[in-house]
Amino acid sequence: VTGSVSTSSVQPAHRIPGEAGTWVFLFGDMLVFGAFFVTFLVERAKAPETFDVARTTLHIGVGVLNTLVLLTSSLLVVLALGALRAGTRAIATRAVAAAMACGLVFVALKVFEYVSLGAAGHGPGANAFYLYYFILTGLHLFHVCLGLAALTFVLTQTRRVDLSPTRTALVESGMCFWHLVDLLWIFLFALLYLVS
Amino acid sequence: MTVLHLLRNRAGFSWLLLVAATILSWALGADHGTGSMVAVVVLAIATIKVRLVGLDFMELRHAPIPLRAAFECYCLGMWALLSGLYIWL
Repeated sequence: VTGSVSTSSVQPAHRIPGEAGTWVFLFGDMLVFGAFFVTFLVERAKAPETFDVARTTLHIGVGVLNTLVLLTSSLLVVLALGALRAGTRAIATRAVAAAMACGLVFVALKVFEYVSLGAAGHGPGANAFYLYYFILTGLHLFHVCLGLAALTFVLTQTRRVDLSPTRTALVESGMCFWHLVDLLWIFLFALLYLVS
Repeated sequence: MTVLHLLRNRAGFSWLLLVAATILSWALGADHGTGSMVAVVVLAIATIKVRLVGLDFMELRHAPIPLRAAFECYCLGMWALLSGLYIWL
């Protein structure tokens, strides 16, 4: 599936990133979230004005900032993989640590949003929009935490002198999961903050 | 090998595009009414962003054809489905 990062930086023309089986899980997750997005829009159609008014009570600046934070963390993960392939482990370690810091910033901003929405009387029980907002972003936040755990594993691997093909595939799989977290948030940001 | 050298590639360029697209969708979508076609454009921008993340961050651009095709179908399918639900429901 993949070559050891320390032996060659040349990648074959067509290769599966990470473990092949990981993609079954990643696509499954993408489809499950897709079903949630559909459900959200079906509920929105029942009360579009309510959803539109509720949307404007969200902190869109925080939503934009969270998007930029996740995009940057994804770029840092790409940087880390490039550094691993080039054999510059110190850069890889620092890039993964910075990506994890971005993830923690995302969590902190989300907690700030939850607390401020709750304080303004916009908790999950306020109406259908807020219920879906808390369920969808809560599920995504759970994925962020899983992603941080995956990046913790990747961080430990960047300190190894040599990575076997199996470990390299696991590292790439962990990185792909972090990109999935980014990918799902892009749809969530558009649906919750801009479209609804 | 420097950080700048590692970022001077397609992924680095895609990140710039993704940031610009985020700002653009914010400017377009922050203040539109219900039933507006702006939502369809915002969903299209989101889909393009998702595609860039998949192709350049997840490295699906160089994946075997079936894997890449599945991802392209997911992107196109999600945009068509979400836009259709927004317009017709």
